[in-house]
Order: sequence, then C-alpha cells, then structure tokens
Amino acid sequence: MSEYSQAELDEYANDADAWFKENTPSDPGFMLPLTFMEVGTDQQFDFLRDWQRKVYEAGFLGAAWPKEYGGGGLHDDFQTAATKAMRKHNGPILPNAIGLNWTGPLLNDIGTHDHKAKYLKGILNAEDIWCQGFSEPENGSDLGNAQLRADRDGDAYVLNGSKIWTTLGNYAKYMILLARTDQNAPNKYAGLSFILTPMKVDGVETQKIRKLTGEYGFTQTFFTDARVPTDGLMGEEGQGWKVAMQTLEYERGARGGQAGGYSMTEPDAFEILKLVRKAQRDGNPVLDDPVVRDQLVDFLIEAQSIDLNNKRGRIPDLVQDHPMALPLMSKLVWTEFAREVNQFAVSMQGSKSAYYVGDPNATDDGIWTRAYLNAFSATIGGGTTQIQHNIVGEHVLGLPKSH
Amino acid sequence: MENLNSNLAGIGFSDEQRDLLDVATSFCREKSPMEKVRALLDDEAGHDASIWQEIGELGWLAIAIPEEFGGVGLGLAEVVPVAEQMGLHLFATPFISSTLAAQVLVKAGTDEQKQIFLTKIAGGEAATVALIEDSGNWDLGATKVSAAREGDRLALTGTKLLVCDAAAAKFLIVSVILDGAPALVILEQSDLPEGALRRETIVDETKRSYAVTLDGVSVPIDRLLDVDKTKDALAHLQLSGNLLIAAENCGGAMSVIQYTVDYLNTRKQFGKLIGSYQAVKHPTVSAYVNYEKSRSHLYSAAYSFAEQGRGEVATRMAAVQAERAISFAADRSIQFHGGFGFTYDCDAQLFRRRAIFNAALFGDEIYQKRKLAELLL
Ligand SMILES: Cc1cc2nc3c(=O)[nH]c(=O)nc-3n(C[C@H](O)[C@H](O)[C@H](O)COP(=O)(O)OP(=O)(O)OC[C@H]3O[C@@H](n4cnc5c(N)ncnc54)[C@H](O)[C@@H]3O)c2cc1C
Repeated sequence: MSEYSQAELDEYANDADAWFKENTPSDPGFMLPLTFMEVGTDQQFDFLRDWQRKVYEAGFLGAAWPKEYGGGGLHDDFQTAATKAMRKHNGPILPNAIGLNWTGPLLNDIGTHDHKAKYLKGILNAEDIWCQGFSEPENGSDLGNAQLRADRDGDAYVLNGSKIWTTLGNYAKYMILLARTDQNAPNKYAGLSFILTPMKVDGVETQKIRKLTGEYGFTQTFFTDARVPTDGLMGEEGQGWKVAMQTLEYERGARGGQAGGYSMTEPDAFEILKLVRKAQRDGNPVLDDPVVRDQLVDFLIEAQSIDLNNKRGRIPDLVQDHPMALPLMSKLVWTEFAREVNQFAVSMQGSKSAYYVGDPNATDDGIWTRAYLNAFSATIGGGTTQIQHNIVGEHVLGLPKSH
Repeated sequence: MENLNSNLAGIGFSDEQRDLLDVATSFCREKSPMEKVRALLDDEAGHDASIWQEIGELGWLAIAIPEEFGGVGLGLAEVVPVAEQMGLHLFATPFISSTLAAQVLVKAGTDEQKQIFLTKIAGGEAATVALIEDSGNWDLGATKVSAAREGDRLALTGTKLLVCDAAAAKFLIVSVILDGAPALVILEQSDLPEGALRRETIVDETKRSYAVTLDGVSVPIDRLLDVDKTKDALAHLQLSGNLLIAAENCGGAMSVIQYTVDYLNTRKQFGKLIGSYQAVKHPTVSAYVNYEKSRSHLYSAAYSFAEQGRGEVATRMAAVQAERAISFAADRSIQFHGGFGFTYDCDAQLFRRRAIFNAALFGDEIYQKRKLAELLL
C-alpha cells in the first residue's frame, strides 16, 4: 500500500501508543537481555518469544510486509509509528532478530513465492526462530573463505563442517547458511551458495558456548552428513557470496525492509547522565569533576552525531557526495559509542566498580559492567570494527583493498 | 533529562539552502583553485578584488540582511552552505567578516545605521567586527577597550587584536566598554589614523588579520549601536561566528581528506599503494567519519540556529565537531604524505594552519565544551 491519509496514520499511531502503554510488560523479576545476542536462558527466551508474538498479533510488527504472507500490507510509515510507540514505552526487545531484520527482508526481496509462504509468518510470530551460519572456526572476517561443504545428492544437500558463534543457535528452527557447493570454483567466492537450512534434522548438533559475562547466548553448530532440501537455495548455486553480502547490508542497517520493532536497545547517553548524577567517586559527586564533565559533553555530542547522521541520511541533498557513506559507517559509529559509554559508566562508579551482577552493593545491579562486556558483541559480531573501517575506506573513499 | 532532550536540535534543509549550495559549489571551485590560493598567500590583500566584487554581485553578502535594507531576507542557515564551500576551497575573502558585521547591525543597529550600513554590505561592501583583545577573552562582553563621551563624540582607547579583514573593510564594528557596560561602535576606515592597522603575522596565511590601535580615535555619537540591544547582539555574534567558522572548517575537513585519499591512491611503497596499509587507511576513515558527523552537526546548527536554547547547543556542538574534523584530518594528512608532508608545497599544512587560526576566533573546542557542560549538565 502506498497511498494513505494522515488521519489513517494518526489513528494507527494512537492505537499503537495505547496498545504498548497497556501491554508492555512490567519487570518480570529476572534480568532481561538488552540485545538478541544476550538471550541466555530458557526463561528469558520464552518471555521474549511470547512478547514478540503478542506485538505481532496486535498488528505492530511486520505492518509493512505483504499481507498474503502474514504482514500488515501497510506503508512503512505505519510500522515506523508502531516502533516509535514501542520504544516510547520501553518495550522489551524482539528476539527473532535474524528472521525479522535480515532473513525476512531478503526473502521479500529475492525469495520465491514458496519461500515467502513457508517462512515469513513464522518469522513474525516467533514460531520459527532463525539463526545465521556464516562464521566458521577458521574463517570469520574472511567469510569468503568459508569451507563448510554442501554436496548435492538428488534433491538434498549433504552438509559437513561446522559453524560457530551462532546466535540463538540452540533455539533456532532454521539457519541461513553459507556453504561451499563447488570445491573447484575459479575463486573462493564463486564456490559459495546460500541455503535456508532446517536445524532440527539428523546430523545437526549445537553446543552452547559460554560468553565473557559467564552467560550463554551463542553456539557452535556441527553438521555431520546432514541432509537438507535443495529448495532452500537462495539465488543460484555459486551466488552465495552475493546473497550473503546483501544479507549483511540488512544486518548493518545499510538496506531497508526490516519487519520493525527492535532487537537491541540503543545506547542512551541520557541513562548515563542519570547514573552520573548520583555517582560518587573518591567520596565526591562525580559531576563536580571537570574531567568527567568534559567527557560527558563528548558523549552527548557523539549521541547527537548518531541521531543527526540518521536524520541527515534521509535528506538526499545533504548526502550527494557519498550517498552510501552514512549507512555504511553507522554500525561502526554506534557500536563503538556503546562500548565507550558503558566503559565510562563502569569507571564512574569509583570503588563500586569492583562489584558485578549479583552483589547487593553493585551500582544499578551491575548492569553497566555487564553492558560493557556485552558491548563487544556488536563491535565484533556482524563484521568487526576493523572490517567496517576497511569497508568505509574501500567502498566509500575508494582506497585500495588491504592485503 | 527532559530539559536535556528539549535542548537537542533536529535537522532540515531548505530549497534556498540547496540552491545556494549548488551555486556556491561551482563558483568556489572555479574561482579558488589551489594555484590561486597559493598565489594569494604572498599577496598583501589576500584576496582578489574582482572576485570579491563578483561575490557582491551574486548577492551573497545580502543573504541574511532584511529586504528593507537591500537584503534577500533569509537567515544565517542560508549562509552556511556558502561558507562551507568557501572553506572547502580555502577561498579567503572578507565574506564571513562582512556577514558578521551585518548580523550585529541587524540585531542592535539603529534604524538609521541599518539604513546606511546594512545597505552598504548588502551592496557588496566589506566590513568586519573587532572583538578580541590581549586578554584573549572569548566572552565578548568582557572588553577592556573603552569609549568615553566627549560632547557629542565618543573617544576610544585601547587595542583590538585578530581583526580579520580590517584593511579591506569599509567600516568596523568595535566592542567597547561605555559607562561601565558593553557597547558597540561603528568606525569607518577614514576614522582610523595612519598606522592604526598593523597586519598581524598569523598562522593561517590564506587569511588577513590586523591589530587595530584605537587610541586617539573619536567618532560621532550616532555611531553607537542601541545599548539596550548590545548584550543580545554580542551573544548572537558569538554564535554566528561559531556557526560560520564551523561551516568553513567542515568544508576544509572534506577537502583535506580528499587530498589525502588522492595521495593514498597514487603513492606506492613496498610495491603497493600506501592506501592499502591499514595503519594509514583506518585513521583516514576515522577522519572521514569525523567529517560526516561534523556535517550533520553543521546543518543541524544551521537548521535550529534561531531557536532559543537549542540553537546555542547545536552551534557549539557543531563548532566542536568541525574543529576536531579538520584538525585531525589535516594532522594525519601531513603524516601520511611522508617527507613531502613536511614541505611548504604540501597543501595539508594550509588546512592544519587554517584549523588552528579558526579555533582562536570565537572559542576553541575546550571553550565550547565548557559552555556545553553549563548548558547541558
Ligand atoms: C556476540 C556475537 C554474536 C555472533 N553471532 C553470529 C551469528 O549469529 N552468525 C555468524 O555467522 N557469526 C556470528 N558472529 C561471528 C562474527 O561475525 C565474527 O566473530 C566476526 O566476523 C569476526 O570473525 P572471527 O571471530 O573469526 O575473528 P577474526 O576474523 O579472526 O578476527 C580477529 C581480529 O582480527 C581482526 N581482523 C581480521 N581480519 C582483518 C582485516 N582484514 N583487517 C583488519 N583487521 C582484521 C579483527 O577485527 C579482529 O579484531 C558473532 C560474534 C559475536 C561476538
């Protein structure tokens, strides 16, 4: 739907506001993850999956996806309004991030009718959790060198190898898999294919990996002669690299089509102000310290940079020189910002920074320290900060590739 | 926190801004190629009089002057793209100085002064503001230069420093202390005795700046701007200066980054283009990211400039980010040109020097951040 009246949009936005006001759950009594990469317990997972289903059923998720596949069939402005309401009322995150934010848009853009009919609704109502099988133990940043084998046998691919750092791997029903279908391709990229892969089949096993915080959140996934249907192939055989790159663009926010809502809470410079207003260091209020004040101003400027970059990106006349620059640098900028803000928050606590989650003396239940440790999920996952520098340098500034 | 949120500005871009950006982009590229910039370094005036006349004819000095005084009736938001493009080409003219003089008159000039002096600027005459003194105080009301009433005249004493374009200016607007309070006075070039102007040796050789000795200068009392409006005018001037300097710096940052990238894409060592080395590539990307942030802040400041509270926060943030952007980009540019970077011939130094000079005029990063802390924390 492209045409709509302002009155329709306003009514929808009001409904969304009222719904999130009414239905946003209060404190469940256990710590909720700040990002989908931090879903570590069944209790957290069940709670968030239930929440996502409710948001979808109320009509505030996938509002702009096609109606025939379970979406709302509305203009994207409607979903934007719903997401805004969700944020306003501090709704918990939506857990099925890989489905909502990158598999879904990919299916909508290049999937067949059968793909869309089979997968899209399950993504939206969180019935079918998705995970992403790109990274391997030996090939992370060098994704193009992925070695997991997919050998065609009739109407099945036989999978052998291993994927690692698989977020939500133990909860997922499906995986978007980057696999090597041709061992003799002329170059490493040409041998890759992109396959929608069921996880609950013989020969697929996941093993939880413990994170630096001591919690769980991702897995290693082992494939041993696992047979999966060839109709999960996206694009042609040998085009896997291209499809994977497109997927990463959704992931990094450089391409639109996401279902809406959010799967990560954004770094909030205002929250840190709250902390700093009450924090003491060395027996004194930290806000009296000019060094701290100077640093806080830096964070506020940076928070504004992020917000204004997003807004400027929507004004074509102000991005003429390098139209892709702002989207391509956004992940780099906000993930590093989140890490730095949280690190700063830790050091603001003075002697209390010694405590961790669980101690009664921990400031704000220790969330800052945990958030700082968790912040590396985003500076590493989805392509590291260093790789993002390469991307901006090569694709925006036109610098030569690094060797 | 509510308070903080309502202090943060958005961003927008008007049709007029876009049109001016288009025109300024091609005009500045054409009129200020690097050979020209280099040739003007040793020139006493520092700018080309015929091009300055063209700028007047284009009506750029009139942009933010009300229509009743011969202006276009827009605001500083529309001046920003012009200043940005000038900064991009190190295009040195009395444009910013004249625009600032006009802003003071708009805020605090009497009707008669506006009629006479705003009309002159709108018509293409150069003017400037004389603010800074030996104390280096950026709070513009804290002046030591004084004016005393002598009958129907004002007698001035003291010296102003860092008066940009004072020789080219047909008149100067000087901040003084009069009757114990800040005031603003218009001086015509002819009011200044021989030797009142001393050209200063400044770090940015593309610009021209003067020490102005005011001892013995006396002007008729009708050159005094409206004293009741002086405080607001000075506050406005502080922000206007910062906004236009931010624009110039932001443009300069982009330019020096492009200059660096061009070198990184041609110079080879160890058989490879140096741009392929990440120790060089990644800081260049950081410089570029700084620049993009700076441009977002700049156009947010332009957009919200007239808004109470928000305008000041946005302008000071823009000033900080732009100073950082050009300083870091130019600093790394010198380094990444190797031995050539150390030479006078390498353009990186021009931008590095520009950034240092600009920071001296309306408050550097440290100063802006202290102000922001007062406004936000
Ligand atoms: C929380 C989390 C969740 C994740 N979820 C998933 C998931 O669901 N699915 C999935 O497939 N993957 C996932 N990943 C994996 C992630 O994409 C990889 O960890 C990442 O791409 C880096 O690969 P690597 O771990 O092999 O590190 P390496 O590639 O070995 O990198 C090690 C270090 O070397 C640097 N480096 C490597 N190459 C270069 C280069 N060319 N230039 C400069 N520096 C370089 C890196 O920046 C890094 O600092 C997740 C990771 C994390 C942390």
